[in-house]
Amino acid sequence: MPALPPSVPLSWYLTLSLILFVLGIAGFLFRRNIITVFMSIELMLNAVNLSFITFSYKLKQVDGHIFAFFVMVVAAAEAAVGLAIILTVFKNRQTLEIDELSSLKN
Amino acid sequence: MLQLWLIPLLPLAGFAVNGLLGRRLSKTAINAVAVGSVLLSFLWVLKTLSTLGVFGGGNPLEQAYTEHYYTWIQSGMLNIGVDLAIDRLTAVMLMIVTGVGFLIHVYAVGYMAHEGGYYRFFAYLNLFMFFMLVLVLAANFLLLFVGWEGVGLCSYLLIGFYFTERFATDAGNKAFIVNRIGDFGFSLAVFLIAMHFGSLDFATVFGKVQGMPVESSAGWMTAIALLLFVGATGKSAQIPLYVWLPDAMAGPTPVSALIHAATMVTAGVYMVTRSSAIFLHAHGALEVVAIIGLATAFFAATIGLAQTDIKKVYAYSTVSQLGYMFLGLGTGAFSAGIFHVMTHAFFKALLFLGAGSVIHAMSGEQDLRKMGGLRKYTPITFWTLLCASVAIAGVPPFSGYHSKDAILASAYEYAPWMYWVGVFTAGMTAFYVFRAFFLAFFGEPRWEAAAQAAHGPDAHGHDDPGHGHGAPHESPPSMWIPLAVLAVLSLIGGYINVPKWLEPMFKVAEEAPGIPWTALVSVAAGLIGIALAAWFYLIAPAIPEELARSFSTPYRWIYNKYFVDEFYDSLVVEPMIDGSRSLLWRVFDAAGIDGIVNGTGKTARNLGGILKRMQSGSIRSYAAWVVLGSILVIVAITMAGGVR
Repeated sequence: MPALPPSVPLSWYLTLSLILFVLGIAGFLFRRNIITVFMSIELMLNAVNLSFITFSYKLKQVDGHIFAFFVMVVAAAEAAVGLAIILTVFKNRQTLEIDELSSLKN
Repeated sequence: MLQLWLIPLLPLAGFAVNGLLGRRLSKTAINAVAVGSVLLSFLWVLKTLSTLGVFGGGNPLEQAYTEHYYTWIQSGMLNIGVDLAIDRLTAVMLMIVTGVGFLIHVYAVGYMAHEGGYYRFFAYLNLFMFFMLVLVLAANFLLLFVGWEGVGLCSYLLIGFYFTERFATDAGNKAFIVNRIGDFGFSLAVFLIAMHFGSLDFATVFGKVQGMPVESSAGWMTAIALLLFVGATGKSAQIPLYVWLPDAMAGPTPVSALIHAATMVTAGVYMVTRSSAIFLHAHGALEVVAIIGLATAFFAATIGLAQTDIKKVYAYSTVSQLGYMFLGLGTGAFSAGIFHVMTHAFFKALLFLGAGSVIHAMSGEQDLRKMGGLRKYTPITFWTLLCASVAIAGVPPFSGYHSKDAILASAYEYAPWMYWVGVFTAGMTAFYVFRAFFLAFFGEPRWEAAAQAAHGPDAHGHDDPGHGHGAPHESPPSMWIPLAVLAVLSLIGGYINVPKWLEPMFKVAEEAPGIPWTALVSVAAGLIGIALAAWFYLIAPAIPEELARSFSTPYRWIYNKYFVDEFYDSLVVEPMIDGSRSLLWRVFDAAGIDGIVNGTGKTARNLGGILKRMQSGSIRSYAAWVVLGSILVIVAITMAGGVR
């Protein structure tokens, strides 16, 4: 069993962040349920948050933390609005299938 | 300051009032505004001239009196102001324009009394006075050009006054378009002057010209002079641009008298005289002026011999007399030319107004063949027209004799053959004027049958009920009083010694004491012309018809005005129309311009057709586009070396 490094290296955090982000994109692109798509967006936001925090820790600068907080605030607001929209959509259409929501065209 | 600006501004105010409010004003108010503004302008001219000492003794106005109002255009070296100036030449023109203009306005009140568009007519007439006064008062070429174009516009508006008649609007268009050709030459001349002298002020330009050598061969001075003369041929109806003037008689008769006889058409003469310094430094151009003037005088007179419309006779007579003026200018007698402008303004305005009175009496009939015997019915018109006719025929001691002889004497000194052609033309002038006179006033009345017939296409206006029938009648006082005044001026106007007055500006050749033989010959020619007219049309009326039959070919040519209109039609008008149709319309406009416009629209639509496929409406496809785009951006940035 190889020896663990004394501390978790930077690349591990970034790799994790990348994996989370790609998972988010995949979920966004391939899932059909709006709720899942919505959660995928949240996943992407948090992936970005992770890389912000990583760099902030590594560079010993506070900017990343501040950005992360901003992202959280915006994400919270977005979640509130988004869920409200989803509720309304469901009320009107009785469906959460994203492919059926194409009334913008035509 | 003498407030020169008031002179042109007063008629402009009259135009504004009549033009804007005329529809709601009564005829009396319109008359008061229109005639009053011109009268005030005339009085202001008199006051200004007397302040300048013109009517006193001494030697007034040796130098031009200039007033500067404001700078109009300032661009580089060029500085053009709105400047008005009076010198001796302008003083003469001012008196002619406002004096004769006032009389014609008074006349028009009577003549137009039964016409529609009354306020419009007087508004245009006042506007014309404004532009004409700007033209003669201007102290630089550009301001002169403003007046020049303005009178052209008013001429167009007034020729086409009966705008419901096709021939009137056609005549207006013709006048306007033919004048454009001349104005093009004039504007080129103005550009050349600005280029070579760096100024357009008369004083500056002519001052610089004085210091230059006389051009013996053609150079740019000759070019300027010739281009100016091209402008003059348009406005003053000289060969080859004279064709518009006879047609311009489609306008009301006061317009023919004011614009197309007394004032506007002499603008070219005035302009050439004003630019005499340039012409005197370009002898080649002066010779062209003389030859064109002489040719115009001669040919127009021959056409006048055979016209049957009384106004057309006088119109060709105007063209011919304008030719005389240019003959005078071309042979170096500038003051004689202006002298003839003045006397011509008197007797030709009178001829036209008299013709208008005859037409009025005949209820719109203009054809000489349908007149005759009017002497008994319109005695005042008869006597005044007789005055005008002897004046234009050059019978001494009346006005035409003095000015025409001054021109002919100068022509003799320049080249004897020009003198002889001029004398022959003088004979023809006397003949055709008296031909019209005898045909209208003597002989058996030929109008009994005609008066009942329907009015011809030329008989516009005067056909309201209660006016258009019955025996010919004398005109109202507002018409015959101006006739009487002009008659007196036509008789004695020759004693206003214009050449002497203009002597400080234009040197006059020393005149030999006594009456020179050249004058006697031309008077003899005039008297022979009158005698022939009397013989042909009073004593032996059969002769003219026999002559016309035995010389049928020349007669047909003259009667049809040498087919010049037809010639221009086939040479210029038709090719222009055909070219516009086939090339400009079908190729240039339809294929070229429309093609570009429609092509732009079509391309945009096609491109949009491709792009709109991206708008699938499916949210996930949008998301995929976003991802793809982000990846592309990142790849691009990385390839470019990353963010520094």
